[in-house]
Amino acid sequence: MSRRTMPKRTWLTDSPVAAVLLPIVGLAVAIGLWWGATIAFSIEPYLLPSPWDVVVKFFDQPAYLLQETGTSMLETVEGFGLAIVIGVPIALVIVRSVVLERLVYPLLLMVNSIPKVAIAPLLVIWMGFGQWPKVVMVLLMCFFPIVISTAQGMKSTPTELVELMRSLNASRAQEFFKLRLRYAMPQIFTGFKVAISLAVIGSVISEFVGATKGLGYVIQQSGASADTTLAFAAITLLSVMSIVLFYALVLLEHWLLPWAQEKR
Amino acid sequence: MIRLDGVGQVFDGREGQVTALEKIDLHVRGGEFVTLIGRSGCGKSTLLRLIAGLLPPTSGAVQVAGKPVTGPRRDVSFMFQRPALLPWRSVLSNVLLPVEIDKGDRNKAEYKERAHQLLELVGLQGFERRLPHELSGGMQQRVSLCRSLIRDPQVMLMDEPFSALDALTRTELSEELQRIKMELSTTIVFVTHSIEEAVVLADRVVVLTPRPGRMREVVDIDIPRPRSLGQNAHLTEVAAISGRLHALLSEKEPVDEVRPR
Repeated sequence: MSRRTMPKRTWLTDSPVAAVLLPIVGLAVAIGLWWGATIAFSIEPYLLPSPWDVVVKFFDQPAYLLQETGTSMLETVEGFGLAIVIGVPIALVIVRSVVLERLVYPLLLMVNSIPKVAIAPLLVIWMGFGQWPKVVMVLLMCFFPIVISTAQGMKSTPTELVELMRSLNASRAQEFFKLRLRYAMPQIFTGFKVAISLAVIGSVISEFVGATKGLGYVIQQSGASADTTLAFAAITLLSVMSIVLFYALVLLEHWLLPWAQEKR
Repeated sequence: MIRLDGVGQVFDGREGQVTALEKIDLHVRGGEFVTLIGRSGCGKSTLLRLIAGLLPPTSGAVQVAGKPVTGPRRDVSFMFQRPALLPWRSVLSNVLLPVEIDKGDRNKAEYKERAHQLLELVGLQGFERRLPHELSGGMQQRVSLCRSLIRDPQVMLMDEPFSALDALTRTELSEELQRIKMELSTTIVFVTHSIEEAVVLADRVVVLTPRPGRMREVVDIDIPRPRSLGQNAHLTEVAAISGRLHALLSEKEPVDEVRPR
């Protein structure tokens, strides 16, 4: 073994305390650099507000900003849930039938290749100013990774396990529920984790157009009034929301699929 | 117990048809331990799958316990080269899988007791609630062995079950298998490409030749049990038969109809 392939193990690589501490240190350094830059180059707040300005801005109107965060969060979660409810069954059907796969797959690819921003105004025309165009935008963003990862997961069942089920005279349904679907779960979750970040992007895009609520709307309005600090506060809330949703999925995965951790 | 009459198997390969097995006539008596040995590609795994009912023969007839094989039977178990454990199930629940799959079975509680007994038999007591990835390869294959024993099968079909294990574990497991075999009166057909394993385990060794897979010879092994690869009171006998099998396997097959006397 060369030295390069075996990194040195120290307290920093092995301790669970360090595992929590290191990301915080990284974040603190990044914020420190940002803050330092705004002071050192005396940058105007309308160009780049300091971290402190952003915090102050948030506490100017916390109830309002949290309410908008809630709106965006709800759209994101609804669209994501809908993408699961529609995407997973479609993937299961595609895997079962080569004909359907050939029929549907190019269509899915085409839909996915459209830049989603381009259809945001259309969704408003079709569905009005309410919540629906937002939910549908999130759905469109999440749908594809969920379908792909589910389909791949369903195809990854090892042949010896399939043969085992056959040798036990398992029915088709037993083979599906007791083996194939269970085996696909880690890969399905990988799709969910990719999709949830895209879901947040989808909700922001849709709130740029024909919206009166949500963090995307706040950002758009702050642009119109050159309130950069407010935009930064909204962006910070968005990224916090995105991280919270992502780790909620990670926790759910740890809880539901404890057996999958060791395989990676 | 197992009867094969004129069994042949032809697969559709990329370059036309491939004859995997030809003219197989084999009769395995109840309680007998038969090993199938041959080079890779001689169709020994295919033969096992025919007996298991995982594959219908192209020609000839396969019978188990006097009935033609039409599909997997509940009194025939199959053990694979790899442990083939479901990674999300505990050791105990993996062992109980065959019982769970079998809807017709009403006495599921009884099997739990049996599963504990079997796990104890292979030295895995205390590991019931572990997940497969927490076990070593040898332990996983022991779990797999328990799973194939859970329904007290009349026939056990084993497809190179120890070939992925290290030499020591392999010796241990082949001793354990003999011990279990002596306790239960299961009929076992065991596929291997290891001459030593074939000799140590079997009452009879069936030598197969490749392309197309045919029975070259059936060798009776009369060495007293338990036999072992490590400490063996019958080393010379094992060596003699191993030598003979080795010669049979490396020899060119005589051309049809010109068999030497």
